[in-house]
Amino acid sequence: MIRRIGIALLAPVLALLFAIAVASIALLLVDVNPLEAYSLMWDFGTTSTSAASIINRAIPLYVSAVAVAIGFKMGLFNIGVEGQYLIAALFAAWIGSTFSVWGPLHIAIILLIAITVGAIWAGIAGLLKVTRGVNEVVSTIMLNYIGFAVIGYILGELIIGGDSLIQSTDPLPDSAMIPGLNWIFTALGFTEPRGVELQGFLVIAIVVGVIYHLLVWKTRFGFDLRASGMNPGAARMSGVNPKRMVLYTMLISGGIAGLVGMSTMLGRLGAFTQDFPRQYGFTGIAVALLGRNNAVGMALGALLFGFMDRSALILDLNSIPKEIVQIIQGVVVLAVVIAYELVNRWVKTREIKAASDATASAAHAAEEVTA
Amino acid sequence: MAESNRAVELIDITKSFPGVLANDDVNLSVGVGEIHAIVGENGAGKSTLMKILYGMQPPDSGEIRINGAPAVMKTPKDAIERGIGMVHQHFMLADNLTVLENIVLGSEPTQGVTLDLGEARRRIHELGDQYGMELDPDKRVEYLTIGERQRVEIMKVLYRGARILILDEPTAVLVPQEVEELFSSLKELQAEGVTIIFISHKLDEVLAISDGITVMRGGKTVAAVKPEDVNAHDLAELMVGSELPTPATEASTVTDDVALSVTGLTSLGLGGRPVIEDITFDIHKGEIVGIAGVEGNGQAELVDALLGIRDVSAGSISLPAGPIDSLDTKARRGAGIGIIPEDRHRQGLLLDAPLWENSMLGHQGKKPFAKGPWIDRAGARDFTAEVVERFDVRTPSVDVSAAALSGGNQQKLIVGKEMLLDPDVLVAAHPTRGIDVGAQAAIWDELRDARRQGLAVLLISADLEELIGLSDKLLVLFDGRIVAELDPNDVTPKTLGSYMTGVKVDTP
Repeated sequence: MIRRIGIALLAPVLALLFAIAVASIALLLVDVNPLEAYSLMWDFGTTSTSAASIINRAIPLYVSAVAVAIGFKMGLFNIGVEGQYLIAALFAAWIGSTFSVWGPLHIAIILLIAITVGAIWAGIAGLLKVTRGVNEVVSTIMLNYIGFAVIGYILGELIIGGDSLIQSTDPLPDSAMIPGLNWIFTALGFTEPRGVELQGFLVIAIVVGVIYHLLVWKTRFGFDLRASGMNPGAARMSGVNPKRMVLYTMLISGGIAGLVGMSTMLGRLGAFTQDFPRQYGFTGIAVALLGRNNAVGMALGALLFGFMDRSALILDLNSIPKEIVQIIQGVVVLAVVIAYELVNRWVKTREIKAASDATASAAHAAEEVTA
Repeated sequence: MAESNRAVELIDITKSFPGVLANDDVNLSVGVGEIHAIVGENGAGKSTLMKILYGMQPPDSGEIRINGAPAVMKTPKDAIERGIGMVHQHFMLADNLTVLENIVLGSEPTQGVTLDLGEARRRIHELGDQYGMELDPDKRVEYLTIGERQRVEIMKVLYRGARILILDEPTAVLVPQEVEELFSSLKELQAEGVTIIFISHKLDEVLAISDGITVMRGGKTVAAVKPEDVNAHDLAELMVGSELPTPATEASTVTDDVALSVTGLTSLGLGGRPVIEDITFDIHKGEIVGIAGVEGNGQAELVDALLGIRDVSAGSISLPAGPIDSLDTKARRGAGIGIIPEDRHRQGLLLDAPLWENSMLGHQGKKPFAKGPWIDRAGARDFTAEVVERFDVRTPSVDVSAAALSGGNQQKLIVGKEMLLDPDVLVAAHPTRGIDVGAQAAIWDELRDARRQGLAVLLISADLEELIGLSDKLLVLFDGRIVAELDPNDVTPKTLGSYMTGVKVDTP
C-alpha cells in the first residue's frame, strides 16, 4: 500500500522538481537568487492568513478539476466547465436572490439550481455528441462562448435593464450565505487569519471529492464509466450503452461544474457580478491532469496552485517578477504528463516481468503470436 | 550479376513466432511481368510471406532474390529501393489531402526548401498515361470511391518507382464493377512489364487474372500451379488440404431442447447492402454449432447482431424464455448469453485494469461482482482467484493489470470467467486465436466439458481443426448468408473449400 502511494507520488514530485529547476533558471536569468524567492514564498505562504487564502483559492479549482476528471475517466474532454460554472452561478444568484427562507434550505436550493443549470449546459454537448456525433471538445468550447454571451445579455438586459456601472444581480439575502470557518484556526491553536474568511464551502468541496471517489471507483456505474474510457469496444461488448454513458457523464460533469463558482458566491461576493472570477474552468483542467484524476491527488494539485497564486503576491512586493509562478504552473503541468508516462511504463515493465516469472515455471511459456 | 527472368524468388523461407511456425520452407517464384496469385486460408502464412518480401519482417532462414540478385531487406525502405511496392488491404490515405498530395506524401519533390508540386503533377500524368490509370490529381481523397482510392494507392507505389507490386487482397473491398476496372489496370501494368503479386481467397478471380498461382496451407507452399491446369474446385481442395482433421470421437450430447433460436436474421451495412442475410439456425442444449467461412463474410456482424450491438432489419432471436429482440446488450447477457469476443484486446479486456476488474466485464451488476449499486471487490477478487486456479491462468496475482499477461493467459481468463458463470448459450468467436497450443488444448477441453453439461455453443473460427474437432454441426457462411449445413463427420475438403470460397452455393 505504502509502495503504491510512493509510486503514485513519484511522477508529480519529479515534475514539480523539474518545474522548480526551470523556474530557477528563469530567475537566475533575471538576476534573482532563486533560493531567496522560494524562501520568501514559503514564509509568506505558510501564515494562517495565507493558509485560509490558499484553501479558498483551491476550492473552486478542486471542484472544477473533479468535473473535468469525471469526463476524463470515460474519455470525454469537457472543456466547457468554464461556461458551465459561470452560467450556473448567474442563474443560482438570480433565482436565489428573489426569496429568503431558512438558511440551510436556501443554500441547498441555490446549490441545486447551480447543479441543474451546469448539467443542462453540459448536457447540450452530450446530446449533440450522442445524436449528431459532434465532438465534445468542439461543442463545449463553442458553448463557452455562447454562455459568455448569454450571461452578458441576461445580466445587462434582463436583470439590470439599465446602464449601472457595475452589473450585478440583486445581492443574496444573508440566509443564503455559507458561514466561514475561521474558528478552526483558533480551535487548533493557530492565529486567526486576518482579512480573510476560510470558506464554509470547503466542507461541500470535500463531500464532492468523496462522492467522486466512491462513484468512480466503488460503484457499478463507475466501473462502466471507467471501462468505457479504457476500452470502448470492450465496454460495448460487456453491455454498456455508449450513448447513454456519454450523456450521463456529461450531465454529472456539468452538474459538478455548476458548483465551481459557489464557494466564491456564497462565501464572499453574495451576488453574481460582471467581474465574477473566471478561468477556474480552464485551470481545473490543469489541476485534473496534475492530480491524475485522483480525488486526493487533485486536492493536492489544487492546493499547490492555490499556494503558488497566493505566494506570488509577496514576490511582487519584493520586486521579483511574479510571472515566475505562472512558469512553474505551466511547466509542472507539462512535465507531469511526461513524468506519468515514464513512471507508467516503468510500472508496466515490472508487472510484465512479474507475470512472466510466474509463467516461466511452466514447461511451455504461453506467448502471444501476432502473425 | 546473374541475368534472370525471375522478378522474385523466395527459397526455403522459414519464419517462426513463439509457438507458431508462420512460414515453413516456403518457396515462391514469380517471373518478370507475371501476375501471380497467392491463395490460402486465413492463417496460412500469406501475410507473413508478404511482410518478409516487403522487408517488414526478416526471415529466420532462407534466401530472397530480386531480379536474380540475392537481397537482404531489413526495412520497407530496402524493399522500395529494390523496386518493390506494397498496397495494403486497408488504405493508408489522408482523406483531407488531394490525390496529388497523397501520392507525394513521404517522398515530396523539393526545390530548395519549397515543395515542387508541378514536377510531381507532371510525373503523375506521365505515369497515368503510361499505365492507363485515370486520376484527377486535385480531387480530395475523401470524395473518391473505394476503387479510385485503391488506384491512388497503386499510383503512390508506382510513383516511388516500383516495378514489383504486392497487393494484399485488393478485391476484398471492391464492388464487381470496380474489380473489373482493377483487373484491366493490372493488365496494363503487366503490359508495361510490371510484376504483380496478389493475395486473394476469391478463386474465380484468381483464375481469371493470374498467370501463376501459389497455394499456401499451414505455413507451407503446397502447390504452384497454372490457372489453365486447375479449376476452382481443385484450388479449394488444395487450400483446405486433402486431409481434414477427424472429429473427436465423442458421443453426441445434443439434446432436443433448443437453447438459442435464430430466424431470418438480416442486418444491413453501409449503403443498405445486407452484411448478414436471412440467417436461420437453432442451437440445442449440449450442442456446438460451428460457423465456417473465410473471415469477413459476416461472422463479426452475426455476433454483434446476436448481442444487440448491431441493428437488425429483419428476423428474430429467441432464448427458451422468449424472444430477446427488444433487449439491449446488457439484458441479453443477463439472460444467459456468454461471449468470447473475437478480438480480446479491442473487445474483451481492459488492459490497464487489474484482472479482477476484467473478470467483471460483461457481468457488472451481477453476483458476485456487485452488491446493489456497489462493486463487490472481495467477491470479484475471490471469483477471479477461482478462475485463475481452475483455468490455470499464469499470473502473480489477481491485482496485476491484464496487459501484463501473455495472450494465452489473457484468453484463458476471458474463457474462464465466461464459463464459470454458467451461461446457457456461449458465443465463442475465435476462442483460441493467436495463443499457444497448450492454452488452446485447455480451452478446447473446457468447451467440450461445458457441452457435456448442456451448454449450447456457437463457435466461430477460422481454424478448421477447431471447427471440425468440436462442432456437432457446421454452417458455412459466405457473403453474409448460410450457404451450407454440413456434418463434420463426413465433410470433405473439397466440399468445405467450395462452399467457403463461394464456388458452390446451396440454394434453399
